[in-house]
Amino acid sequence: MIESLDPVLLARIQFAFTIAFHIIFPAFTIGLASWLAVLEWRWLRTGKAVYAEVYRMWVKIFAVTFGMGVVSGVVMSFQFGTNWSVFSDRAGNVLGPLLGYEVLTAFFLEASFLGVMLFGWNRVSPRMHFASTLIVAAGTLVSAFWILSADSWMQTPAGFRVADDGLFYPTSWLHVIFNPSFANRFVHMITAAYLTTAFVVGGIGAFYLWRGRHESHARVMFGMAMIMAIFVAPLQLVLGDLHGLNTLEHQPAKVSAMEGLWETQQGAPLKLFGWPDQEGAVTRYSIELPRLSSLILTHSLDGEVKGLNEWPPEERPPVAWVFWSFRVMVGIGLLMILTGVVALVLHLRNRLFDTRWFQYGCMAMMPAGFVAVLAGWFVTEIGRQPYIVYNVMRTEEAVSPVAGPPIALSLAAFVVTYVFVFGAGSYYILRLIGKGPDTEEEPYGAHGVKEPPLVTGLVSRKGDQSV
Amino acid sequence: MFSFEGFLDLPLIWYGLIGTALFLYVLLDGFDLGLGILFPFAPSDRCRDRMMNSIAPFWDGNETWLVLGGGGLFAAFPLAYAILMPALYIPVILMLLGLIFRGVAFEFRFKATGRSRQIWDYAFHFGSLAASFMQGMILGAFVRGIEVEGRGFAGSPFDWLNAYSVMTGMAVVFGYALLGASWLVMKTDGVTQDWARKCASYVLGYVGVFLGIVSISMPMINADVKTLWFSLPNFFYLLPVPLVTASLFVMIWRDLHRGREYRPFFLSIGVFLMGYLGLAISLWPWLVPFEITFRQAAAASTSQSLLLVGTAIMLPVVLTYTAFCYYLFRGKASHESTY
Repeated sequence: MIESLDPVLLARIQFAFTIAFHIIFPAFTIGLASWLAVLEWRWLRTGKAVYAEVYRMWVKIFAVTFGMGVVSGVVMSFQFGTNWSVFSDRAGNVLGPLLGYEVLTAFFLEASFLGVMLFGWNRVSPRMHFASTLIVAAGTLVSAFWILSADSWMQTPAGFRVADDGLFYPTSWLHVIFNPSFANRFVHMITAAYLTTAFVVGGIGAFYLWRGRHESHARVMFGMAMIMAIFVAPLQLVLGDLHGLNTLEHQPAKVSAMEGLWETQQGAPLKLFGWPDQEGAVTRYSIELPRLSSLILTHSLDGEVKGLNEWPPEERPPVAWVFWSFRVMVGIGLLMILTGVVALVLHLRNRLFDTRWFQYGCMAMMPAGFVAVLAGWFVTEIGRQPYIVYNVMRTEEAVSPVAGPPIALSLAAFVVTYVFVFGAGSYYILRLIGKGPDTEEEPYGAHGVKEPPLVTGLVSRKGDQSV
Repeated sequence: MFSFEGFLDLPLIWYGLIGTALFLYVLLDGFDLGLGILFPFAPSDRCRDRMMNSIAPFWDGNETWLVLGGGGLFAAFPLAYAILMPALYIPVILMLLGLIFRGVAFEFRFKATGRSRQIWDYAFHFGSLAASFMQGMILGAFVRGIEVEGRGFAGSPFDWLNAYSVMTGMAVVFGYALLGASWLVMKTDGVTQDWARKCASYVLGYVGVFLGIVSISMPMINADVKTLWFSLPNFFYLLPVPLVTASLFVMIWRDLHRGREYRPFFLSIGVFLMGYLGLAISLWPWLVPFEITFRQAAAASTSQSLLLVGTAIMLPVVLTYTAFCYYLFRGKASHESTY
């Protein structure tokens, strides 16, 4: 049976699994690194211990998450070759340098200064330590810049030509890097990462408030998270709308799939829910709001929206996946905005920190960002199908000459490993959360350890000699 | 399109750069992995804490050189990347899985208590062992040659698996163990150091044997390699390579027995350098051995040029702050709990 497995589908599932697993960590660490920088800045400015204590608690969580992000990211640098070798060969001239720049300008920066951020407490001055935090935060953003540029190029390829040998040759690096969908995607994704982090932090702050533990720390976490929910969640709706309009211009089939619209229509309705039937080329059982789709996409009540029937069946993406993932993403986005609105109202009534039902709600919203990020990636990547490079190279042409069984077995190995590792990582993060911030008096950075930490060449106590 | 093609030999520069990145990876992650290989044999848990602490601030940066090797190969020689990855599919993925277990063990071990801590001790050891062994097998499969048709791998999924690659796998495991042990001689003292010194002199013999086997077998695999090394006057030009290697072994042996702390590590690096040099001489100018040269596999000159700009700026910076981190965490490692 295993011999009959389709290598293309398996390669796609394996790539989707490894990258979906990976994206969870950057989505969290991008926001967390920036937030840690803000915390440390507040601490240096105000000298209030609470900021340092919150920092010290979260930097441990950051370390675990970052570690998992690194190990799952190393896998990605090989997955292009192991699973998509023909694509790597043909698109290498264009995409290779972008990925190379990501390693050179971001990975080394993050990896080296993370060491200082975690272990350098007593070895560098507070200013130097703050600089390390800033560098790590900048590194996460630079990394996102390059990888999103590469991804956007696959969505909206530009600045290249296809030579007779089938290889892609760059003609303008500026057009390659700043391809038409890059700016929108970058801003949308960074904002998503910030919101993801904010809702995790806010949920944990809510948990402490609800339990009546670590109140002053919880206020910092919860308060800062709610600022993000109030201001950034609505902003994300605007950014998402702009991104959608950009997609409509460059990848209209994807937008039609998001809308579940088959027939081209003027004054197209917004289908709230329904069941897209790929075979029958129709969306069944749909609940519609008249003309709203045209209003959103064309900003006019009877603008024309293209339906999927404009494309032959083999050019259409898997509609149900795109349609539903899009609804999950938007639904969560709206819940985040609602959270912000409620937070604002409660704040104006001076009840923000002691409304118990709202604390429940915020705890429930903790995983929301991750789900929304994954759903968003499903929309954009599945919506790109059946192409790997949109309108230029089809996914089934791109696959490596590796048979089904090795891919299936390695996929199984990845699933088992990742579930085990991810499970353990989550368990340790939950334990760190359960423990909460350390508030006992201790020198800056001793980090719960009374002795000078780690690699101490300066201090060699007598007891050490026998070890 | 901008390009330095007119006045720079880009493929050659990139061949050198990728080779250097890969060598730095082998050295830097080599002692991390070697530590993992020796991990369960350490005399006590406190020793293991110290071993872990001695590399905890570095391993992340060290592993990044592997990403640069992989990413750089993709960028500068996409054809080679596209042939080698499918050819080495299974060992590459097993290596990655090993590196995952090794990597997370750093973070999880210090957060675990009691028995679950042992799980991460084993994850660290077996992850390191698997990754090292697979890297060695990849090397063995690589030097024996890859079957290519057109622009793709044309062999079967298990071409990489044979007695020779098992031998090279073991060779790399022992080589990394030597690096790890001599690193510990430098970074620890007391019981841990004594034990590391014993380990180092023990594995030193094995490394010598394996290096000998690889050196003798290389000319037997390929006739061109044989003429390269054994024809006159090449033989005399290349004679320093084995001679220097042999004297390095003698020096390490003596240093270990005279209680020197720093030199064994740097001399072990010398052994790796000579071994790597020997391989590089043998495999010149192949990038996919005996099928595709580095010139045939080169990316478009504009792609190589663009990345060269970044590399020329960033590589010195990277090397500087890597050195800064090693300087910051200099001296002997303690067994104290982590951050």
